[in-house]
Amino acid sequence: MFKKALFSIMLAGALLASPITTFAATEIQFWHAFTGRLGDLVAEQVKTFNASQGDYTVVAAHKGNYSETLNAGIAAFRASEQPHILMVFEVGTATMMAARGAINPVHEVMANAGAKFDPDAYIGSVKGYYTTTDGKMLSLPFNSSTPVLWVNRDALKAAGIGPDADLSTWQKVGVVLDKLKASGHKCPLTTAWQSWIHLENFSAYHNIPFATKDNGFMGVDTELAFNGPVQVKHIQTMGNWAKEGKFFYAGRRNEGGANFRGGECALFTESSAGYAGIKAEAKFDFAVRPLPYWDGVNGAPQNTIIGGASLWVMSGHKSDEYKAVAAFLNFLSSTDIQAKWHQDTGYLPITIAAGDKTRADGFYQKNPGTDIAVIQMTTRQPTANSKGLRLGSFDQIRGIIDEELEAVWSGDKNAQTALNSAVQRGNKLLRRFEQANR
Amino acid sequence: MEKLVTFKGWLLPLALIFPQIVISAIFFFYPAGQAIWQSLFIPDPFGLSTKFVGLGNFEFLLTDEFYRASFLTTGIFSLLVTLVSMVPALFLAVMADRLIKGAGVYRTLLIWPYAVAPAIAGVLWLFMFNTRVGVVSWYLGQLGYDWNHVLNEAEAMGLVVVASGWGRVSYNFLFFFAALQAVPRSVIEAAAIDGASFWRRFFTIVLPLLSPTTFFLLVVNIVYAFFETFGVIHTITSGGPQQATTILVYKVFADGFVGQDLGSSAAQSVILLLLVGALTVVQFKFVEKRVHY
Repeated sequence: MFKKALFSIMLAGALLASPITTFAATEIQFWHAFTGRLGDLVAEQVKTFNASQGDYTVVAAHKGNYSETLNAGIAAFRASEQPHILMVFEVGTATMMAARGAINPVHEVMANAGAKFDPDAYIGSVKGYYTTTDGKMLSLPFNSSTPVLWVNRDALKAAGIGPDADLSTWQKVGVVLDKLKASGHKCPLTTAWQSWIHLENFSAYHNIPFATKDNGFMGVDTELAFNGPVQVKHIQTMGNWAKEGKFFYAGRRNEGGANFRGGECALFTESSAGYAGIKAEAKFDFAVRPLPYWDGVNGAPQNTIIGGASLWVMSGHKSDEYKAVAAFLNFLSSTDIQAKWHQDTGYLPITIAAGDKTRADGFYQKNPGTDIAVIQMTTRQPTANSKGLRLGSFDQIRGIIDEELEAVWSGDKNAQTALNSAVQRGNKLLRRFEQANR
Repeated sequence: MEKLVTFKGWLLPLALIFPQIVISAIFFFYPAGQAIWQSLFIPDPFGLSTKFVGLGNFEFLLTDEFYRASFLTTGIFSLLVTLVSMVPALFLAVMADRLIKGAGVYRTLLIWPYAVAPAIAGVLWLFMFNTRVGVVSWYLGQLGYDWNHVLNEAEAMGLVVVASGWGRVSYNFLFFFAALQAVPRSVIEAAAIDGASFWRRFFTIVLPLLSPTTFFLLVVNIVYAFFETFGVIHTITSGGPQQATTILVYKVFADGFVGQDLGSSAAQSVILLLLVGALTVVQFKFVEKRVHY
């Protein structure tokens, strides 16, 4: 009796299940880290893709912030339940690259699926971060931004400085900060992401190494090198500004954004992707300027590097599912989708065609300054120092840099001592990463 | 003469403690064993390869002066959290014990903060002391004090201590309040007739009679400060400024779950396990001798 019932349940199950496996679209999982408006925009992209064809269905899921999403992916891989596509922030790039058994490089996925894939269609300084030294793309750049200088024009005017004052070099910024301070301004300059902007991008922009072995691109036996004279000079200058009340430190992440958007700070170094938030909240006249550089440093300004995330394809799935992955990645790279993403979010376009379309649409004319990040990234061909960073345990190394920079801002250490200490402590972590991934 | 109740046979007692043994085995012995095992390896995050390093993880940690410094930070932090959560709790309990009207409302209100999760409590305190929009930091600014826990190490420590200790005041209050009710009235009344003042009665009679509760709370609160406070640290300071609030358990969390360094994280939790084990032994051996049951 019981056996009979069980058998009929199984039969019914098999009958119900079989049409799904035969006719339904191939389903793939996509885990990302976006909420709010960005989350809505991702959901819209997925919906558009699913509606555009009938063979494949992408299921997107939000898994927390960048760190949490990476952790969720790792935990899922250990339990053999990994998604097909995982969003990983740029800091996790070396971790993913080293996990050769856990990932399928994008160029292989595309080749195996027979999908059309032209690596040259992507903007060099964007794809460079996620490409091997011999030009093979490992993950698909998804959201990329680069640091720029945000200016409160009203604050400059109030201090008796022309709102169009030249802020192209740090020397000129210094003069403006002096005037702001003299006029009684409480917060002449603040920043977000201090390590990313004032050391990582700073080094690339001045064409000096952040780490040896081409910033880690040539191997895991790399060592940190950001305690050179140019970086020390910059950090020491910032430290002096902090002491004199010209630079206000708000926190390790993007806490300073609230101070700028609220109109309290005059100048703000932050990602170009801060655009959406600033446009929505700022009740003053603002402008975007290129990131300043130190005049007199040979090779500056080179190009800045990116921050953001890329999409990694995880291993261990069926080959027809990888066809679906290839189709989805191609869809994301298509010109219309990319141009829309770029215009909606302030993130960089990942393909040259999407940038061209945005220009042709007249978007840059209607929204002045939105092309500055693109120009900053693309006017010069990236060098070994400005292609990007590929360092293991980099999230922790950034934590160490944060700690040491805080010692400079509070006046406990001078820049040379702090950066030497950061390099020495970071190198220990790099050696550990090398040991784990040799 | 002590009264002893004994079971006949051993099946029933075994059956009665069996659930507890199973729970301890699954949720304590198994993970602790795993941590000890993992602390001998450097694995890659994905579990694809793992390398035996013997005591290498411990050597890596103990030769790091910043790791060693966080022992001191943890000591200061735990001591302060214990004080901040126990002293006000005792004071409030004594006050509540003297209340005649409205004691129930007073008690209920005092218990509320215990229902707030540590990470949420962290966010609440962070909002109050936010350097830009915080209510408290604004008032301090009006008084001419420039509050900035983002760069000032002492202020950051003070803030995480208060945020961690605040919810525990309720918990400690409950225990102190119950213990106070058990203090025999006749002893206190006798002392009062002899002319002892309130504070004299408190220090010579009540406090010694509370010592078993105080001792229990001391152990429990130190364990809390050691293990359960990383949510508060994570939301308020992330261990900063510099390393001012990097306590041992926060580093276990950060290295393991943010940095993906599972070997080091496991080794750190083994060190923490030994440390708290040793601390508890010390407490039972030396402090308990001064407790009167």
